[in-house]
Amino acid sequence: MLDLLRFGSEGWGDEIASGAVMTLLVALSAYLVGLIFGSGAAAAKLSGPAPLRWLAAAYTTVVRGVPALLVIWLLFFGGSGLVTWLATLFGYGGRVELSAFAVGVAAVGIVSGAYATEVIRGAVRAVPKGQLEAARALGMGRLLILRRILVPQALRYALPGLGNVWQMTLKDTTLVSVVSLAELMRQAYLGMQSTRQPFLFYVTAAILYMVMTTCSEALFRALSRRAERGVRRAAAN
Amino acid sequence: MNIDMILSSLPALFSGAWVTVQLVVLSLLLGFVLALAVAFGRLSSNRVIAGVTGAYVFLFRSTPLLVQIFLIYYGLGQFVGIRESFLWPVLREAYWCAIIALTLNTAAYTGEIMRGGIQAVPFGQIEAARALGMSRPLLYRRIVLPQALRTILPAYGNEMIQMVQATSLASAITLVELTGAARTIASRSFQPVEMFIIAGAIYLAMTFAITQGVRWAEKKTAAGA
Repeated sequence: MLDLLRFGSEGWGDEIASGAVMTLLVALSAYLVGLIFGSGAAAAKLSGPAPLRWLAAAYTTVVRGVPALLVIWLLFFGGSGLVTWLATLFGYGGRVELSAFAVGVAAVGIVSGAYATEVIRGAVRAVPKGQLEAARALGMGRLLILRRILVPQALRYALPGLGNVWQMTLKDTTLVSVVSLAELMRQAYLGMQSTRQPFLFYVTAAILYMVMTTCSEALFRALSRRAERGVRRAAAN
Repeated sequence: MNIDMILSSLPALFSGAWVTVQLVVLSLLLGFVLALAVAFGRLSSNRVIAGVTGAYVFLFRSTPLLVQIFLIYYGLGQFVGIRESFLWPVLREAYWCAIIALTLNTAAYTGEIMRGGIQAVPFGQIEAARALGMSRPLLYRRIVLPQALRTILPAYGNEMIQMVQATSLASAITLVELTGAARTIASRSFQPVEMFIIAGAIYLAMTFAITQGVRWAEKKTAAGA
């Protein structure tokens, strides 16, 4: 039975492997989109003008209140229309079609960003105000304060939460298989259909996801430890 | 925008929402009971029990829910032994497969939340109860669990909201719940976007109801209230 997972034209090994790579690619791209959206929305919530604050609040409330799958279907059916309409604003006349990859990354990224917003906002608020005042007193510019004072300290508080957002984003990529993007779930489905061995293919997929989530958990734990070097804690021993 | 079209699709959306509510309520209820067992298993001094429940929690939290649903719906049917067993009438139905997968999934997450809540009960409380001569079951029923449940309310509220969203994956195994209903109508009509917006609004209403319910329960059970 395991012959079915051989590499090459005989087995499904290479198809599954390429699916796993595509899963990681979608997850990483969506996570990046999410971090950008999340940083923007967190900045709007923390210090934006009222309309931007409302917009950010609406974004996080709505997106965290509906299933990710619904967001994927919405972009799958409505995304091309939206982009085409935007393109006409810039003088482009033709119709724009979105690829399954673009729909998947955008949808999972939008969801990821809504959760990242709250993590980033909390982390920024945890940085003591005195730090920013001291930096300003030293005559640092806004960007320098951001780079040298705010981000390094906020990152330490944000890392555990961002780790959770990453795990969620990685698992949400499975939903992109519904729009036929050839990621791990889709490849497992195709394998199951042609061999009639669903258990084998989905257990293989489950093990691969388990490896991905376990490795990334270890990675985030190492990052946290690095970010916390030199921090004294109560009851350390 | 075609209002008639939208109005005529509402009954289908609402019957989908009803299936969603069933999935949420059934799997949350079953999952809560299983989660209690998981929490006690994880805390057990018996290494085998602690190990088995620990492995269960790890398996279900480290793999995506969609894989779990497919494994149960498509995967189990591959084995002749299961197809011929008394379980087959249940495992053949997408509805029950979805409920089994959702239950097992939420129990793994909720079990960990409960374990934290039980461990957060101050030990002095347990000592005091023992000094009063309470038996173990009584100690858990009167002292540990009420306090643990109060602690976990906010985290459990989030888990309930996650479950509402998780039920949408049942549409991947042919179940016509809210997301499935919206998608079916969307692919037939010329107004797909409107269908998803209405479905999204129904999901938001469910999320809102849970948030309010949890807030009410928190106020009701607040220490000293």
